[in-house]
Amino acid sequence: MVHTKIAAGLLAGVALALSSSAVLAQTEVTWWHAMGAELGERLEAIAADFNASQTEFKVTPVFKGSYPETLTAAIAAFRAGEQPAIVQVFEVGTGTMMAAKGAVYPVHQLMADNNEPFDPSSFLAPVVGYYTDTAGNILSMPFNSSTPIMYYNKTAFEKAGLDPNVAPKTWAEVEAFSKKIKDSGAAACGFTSGWITWVQTENLSALHDVPYGTLENGFGGLATEFQFNGPVQVKHWENLKRWADEGIFQYGGPVGGNDAPTKFYAQECAIYMNSSASRAGVIGNAKDFEVGFAPLPFYDDVIAEPKNSIIGGATLWVLNGQSPEVYKGVAKFFTYLSTSEVQAAWHQATGYLPITNATYELGKEQGYYAANPGSDIAINQITRGTPSVNSKGVRFGNLSQVRDAIDSEFEAMLAGQKSAQQALDAAVAAGNQILRDFEAANQ
Amino acid sequence: MQSKRTVFPHKGLPYLLLAPQLAITIVFFLWPAGQALKSSFEREDPFGFRTTFIWFDNYTRLFGQPDYLLALGRSAVFAVSVTLLAMSVSLLLAVAVNRLLRAGKVYTTLLVWPYAVAPVVAGILWWFMFNSTIGILPYLLGQAGIAWNHRINGDQAMLLVVLAATWKQISYCFLFFVAGLQSVPRSLLEAAAIDGSGPWKRFWTITFPLISPTTFFLLIVNVNYAMFDTFGLIDATTSGGPAGATNILVYKVYADGVLGLNIGSSSAQSVMLMLIVIVLTVIQFRWIERRVEY
Repeated sequence: MVHTKIAAGLLAGVALALSSSAVLAQTEVTWWHAMGAELGERLEAIAADFNASQTEFKVTPVFKGSYPETLTAAIAAFRAGEQPAIVQVFEVGTGTMMAAKGAVYPVHQLMADNNEPFDPSSFLAPVVGYYTDTAGNILSMPFNSSTPIMYYNKTAFEKAGLDPNVAPKTWAEVEAFSKKIKDSGAAACGFTSGWITWVQTENLSALHDVPYGTLENGFGGLATEFQFNGPVQVKHWENLKRWADEGIFQYGGPVGGNDAPTKFYAQECAIYMNSSASRAGVIGNAKDFEVGFAPLPFYDDVIAEPKNSIIGGATLWVLNGQSPEVYKGVAKFFTYLSTSEVQAAWHQATGYLPITNATYELGKEQGYYAANPGSDIAINQITRGTPSVNSKGVRFGNLSQVRDAIDSEFEAMLAGQKSAQQALDAAVAAGNQILRDFEAANQ
Repeated sequence: MQSKRTVFPHKGLPYLLLAPQLAITIVFFLWPAGQALKSSFEREDPFGFRTTFIWFDNYTRLFGQPDYLLALGRSAVFAVSVTLLAMSVSLLLAVAVNRLLRAGKVYTTLLVWPYAVAPVVAGILWWFMFNSTIGILPYLLGQAGIAWNHRINGDQAMLLVVLAATWKQISYCFLFFVAGLQSVPRSLLEAAAIDGSGPWKRFWTITFPLISPTTFFLLIVNVNYAMFDTFGLIDATTSGGPAGATNILVYKVYADGVLGLNIGSSSAQSVMLMLIVIVLTVIQFRWIERRVEY
């Protein structure tokens, strides 16, 4: 009895040793990401499918918390020499990562070194534009890109006597519709918004073709200065303040605006502006009402044809300090990741943009956009017209700190401590100070 | 005071016995504090490729910022409110429980529960309750004619974080006060009662002075808690807003260093915070401790 147990134990031990050596033969590629909940499950499924598709490499996704937490963790790990091969960094961190030349293995170089196909022109122009350096090279792998759109409560529109199939096109219409919604009692407030910085300031500037900062919105170098205290932005912030006082706009909080989605889901506000990647959440939470989708509104007295919106979301950065074997695995994984099938499944499940032209074509062929009305609003909005220097995107170092300063000034304006002009002037001054610090630290 | 001196024959033994504690202090306190001190004199990019020694630039910049001075004032308001509120409420609860004969244990257990809640979770709980859309309290306050929106109103936001931080700390203070109250000799209280003093007088002339060591200890612990331990809670409830109304020193350290990746300034701020707390503790020991009777 005892002998058989020992024998069984030995056998198990040998089996374990064999299986672990089989695992050891695989090269492990660590991937730190910031996708929680459903998005995280989708991401892990991509890694699992890649691992099942071949035997040489094993991609291990690790959830590291929010975007800022993931970036901070990766930087701390890099300083300690424990960095992952791949880290997902949000668009706000792009300036920081691009300046960290010694830490980053540029994707275009990685793909060339490992003889993997990589054609920048296969990606959507606004995506490529946002993530290329001044020499036109893509430094990080586009993965999850989004752009803000407008969601609206069709049921509330109907109750207010509005046509549920007509979304407000201009800000004047947003105001008129909101008043009607509030006065009729269809909802307590007209509209709310996530990301005051990204949606109501950065994208507002792009849409109306006004500069956000000098040197092509920061693409031209570290000596850039902010300019978002121009007449268009001031007028818009003034309106937001007035609308907040009249009760037709409700503020959803700083950074991403945590309170904004609940206001929309609870039918307190009938219109909601946020990332196209909020689509899954909106559809999942809109239990008692029907949702409409529309492009962001604009001021028709400022611009007749609004420019394209700009992107948010994140890209995958490859960090230095791994073995060539690992980088080979990263390159193979990136090739897998950019196939239309993988991209289409990701895009359709999450609401992120189809980042390659082929993915969009595949979705059209599959009849996805016809079957899901509103799912192509984001892609149409971000690809419309010819991008100008003002709508190509923004690139500033320490942008998340700048955004905090903007949020703080916006709140001061809402509380009546400052006028829109004063608040934006103060935000620009604080932002420029942060830019100078970044410039000094990266010279 | 005279006491008998015990002389240990081995010179090395005391140090050996102290070694584990010393190692912990050095590794987890002195070494990181030294690192913070060092990087507070430097300017560095987040990845640490370029480090420049810049003397006191981080400090002079800090005191040139009106934001920092405002945060200093807010921290004082926050720490004083949380300490006073947490200690007075928990003392009240402890006295009440101490008078109970039977259900005291049950109340004690229930009142200690919040201490097991992580700061961020506590923050989320309060964020839910006070959420202007789905929260129950803004709804009730709205019925009473008070418009609650801590996303815009800075005073309300401060009230919210003070309440949340206090709630989290009451359990801890309560436990110590209960223990302190139980060590007050009943004979003293009975003697005073026989002499004709009422409960109010008995409390202030006998109980309160006798639990002064506990009160003093809690005072220091609470000030340290409010100054150092509350950034998770603030992050979850208000993120320092609106317009910086709840941006206290420790949250600013976290926001600038961890979120903003400005390590030099963040280190300078944490060194300042450390100095402030050291000074406060020294003051407390020098002047307040004299009035404590052990």
